[in-house]
Amino acid sequence: MTPDLVGGLESPDYASHDRAAHEPYTPVFTGSVKGELDELLTHYPTKMAALLPALWIVQRERGWVSDEGMAEVAELLDLTPAYVKGVVTFYTMYHQHPVGKYFIQVCTTSPCGICGAEDVVKAFLRHTNAGELGVTSPDGRFTIIEVECLGACGFATPVMVNEEFIESVTPEKVPDLLARLA
Amino acid sequence: MGYPNQPHQRETAVLSKYFGDKEARSLEGWKKRGGYKALEKALGMAPADIVNVVKESGLRGRGGAGFPTGMKWSFMKPGDGKPHYLCCNADESEPGTFKDRELMRWTPHALVEGCAIGAYAIGAETAYVYIRGEFTEPLYWMEKAVKEAYSAGILGKNAMGTGKRIDVHVHKGAGAYICGEETALMESLEGRRGNPRIKPPFPAVSGVFGMPTTINNVETLIAAAPILMNGADWYKKMSLSSPKSTGTKLFSVCGNVQRPGTYEVVMGFPFKEFLYDLCGGPPHGRKFKAVIPGGASVPIQTMEEAEATLMDYEGFVAQGSMLGSGGVIVIDDGQSMVSVIARIARFFAHESCGQCTQCREGTAWTTKIMERIRDGQGTIEDMDTLLDIGEQMTGKTICVLSDSCAVPVISGIRKFRSEFEALIQGRRFHPVIEAVA
Repeated sequence: MTPDLVGGLESPDYASHDRAAHEPYTPVFTGSVKGELDELLTHYPTKMAALLPALWIVQRERGWVSDEGMAEVAELLDLTPAYVKGVVTFYTMYHQHPVGKYFIQVCTTSPCGICGAEDVVKAFLRHTNAGELGVTSPDGRFTIIEVECLGACGFATPVMVNEEFIESVTPEKVPDLLARLA
Repeated sequence: MGYPNQPHQRETAVLSKYFGDKEARSLEGWKKRGGYKALEKALGMAPADIVNVVKESGLRGRGGAGFPTGMKWSFMKPGDGKPHYLCCNADESEPGTFKDRELMRWTPHALVEGCAIGAYAIGAETAYVYIRGEFTEPLYWMEKAVKEAYSAGILGKNAMGTGKRIDVHVHKGAGAYICGEETALMESLEGRRGNPRIKPPFPAVSGVFGMPTTINNVETLIAAAPILMNGADWYKKMSLSSPKSTGTKLFSVCGNVQRPGTYEVVMGFPFKEFLYDLCGGPPHGRKFKAVIPGGASVPIQTMEEAEATLMDYEGFVAQGSMLGSGGVIVIDDGQSMVSVIARIARFFAHESCGQCTQCREGTAWTTKIMERIRDGQGTIEDMDTLLDIGEQMTGKTICVLSDSCAVPVISGIRKFRSEFEALIQGRRFHPVIEAVA
């Protein structure tokens, strides 16, 4: 029995994010996005507690979290940019530079490791021309990284493609999986 | 219930009954299956009475430490004039563990209900469910369930029409194993780096936002509802061994095994039968060599130990390990124990927050030495060095991440020394030959 993928989760358009990296910064928190942050602030007794969610919004809108993005969040939450950077760098999931249109994370922690996760990583690197881990493929489409325990060890090897979580990936399934990505 | 495999007749599905049942995910479907009756019952009880029922049931924390849940709840003093908080630890990241993921993606309303019951019992109006950022699917279903519960008036300022306020908020983590440590989770929730706090003060005195806080695992909170509905005695009776371990427990099984998945059995179930019968034994042509029964941070068991184990808190300790989170990693004779342990060490080195010297340096050096032994570059003295570092990493830091890295290394050297020696003496690990021999 193969569990369904979530489906319907909207992935941000990473290609446009990359273009945006070279354009002048425009604020993220305007209009409905500002409204979203205002609503979030009602969940917590402090403004600071909205920091992680606010950074997630920046990444969703821009594909990564730039220094300007951190500064904007800092301003809105009465924090300093240096403080925000300290938090951003603690966590692994905030991109501090633009990544490929498809950001692919392959779990290689022990339980997946003993089920052959290394070969899945190699298959992704080979079929995407990304060459090495963390480097975006020349066509700007793929960035592959190894990730520590995705928490789906019974479905070795789990892989995340942007927001989509894919279970039981084997090296043989990699070409089809990549072909499915536009 | 063996998900994604067929349920096994020897399982006792209480919490996992609806895994794979898509209709159980919606509010309507959940109500049809008896959902929110326990919350309705709870809101008609005095909070202290709920705490007593849970205390009486013998329910212990399912996240790893096994602390009695009712006692933890009773630490929250009513009428102290301060806001109380409930945190649900859904930062499931312990290698080998994926039970909370199944609970949240198949029965999200069960967790909303569990959080509401827990919050009411400890005098909190707000519960935060801290879910790791990688769990996009559980996040999707949990956010949906919370929204449905608000629309139906189950949550909010007039929860189920009782005039009591109960808010549940889903908070998304951003990639950090350490945030599963309770005080690191609170730091992270407050918008900080996830550095664990020095205890005391304990969370019940000063937790999130400096206020009295209770933090429980997903599975623990979900267990509260059936306990309230069926009574403490019903729960207590579900035990095949020690009276200190009651109820059912979810075990997520992975690694070199025929049927990986999430199984639910009564406490005290024989581990041997669990591994060979329920989980189908080793892959074809292989033999089991070792088991890590409670997530990567518990001691490794030899098969002799594992096969003599009764699956409860005391049973795993009696056989050289711990129940931990119930994340069972099975390792067959095709694997090099040195490689497995080196990879675990690398995990902890990656996840150390870096606050404490013993952990920051110890996890990194342990990894370096383990990897050089794995690569045939080690010396016999390296094993003593590892044991020495391991000792220095144990019991000396703010949290137990440091200890967790030392545990598999120390137990690995003690129980599988010959594999270390073979690599050091220049003999490569030949899985196929050794399996045949």
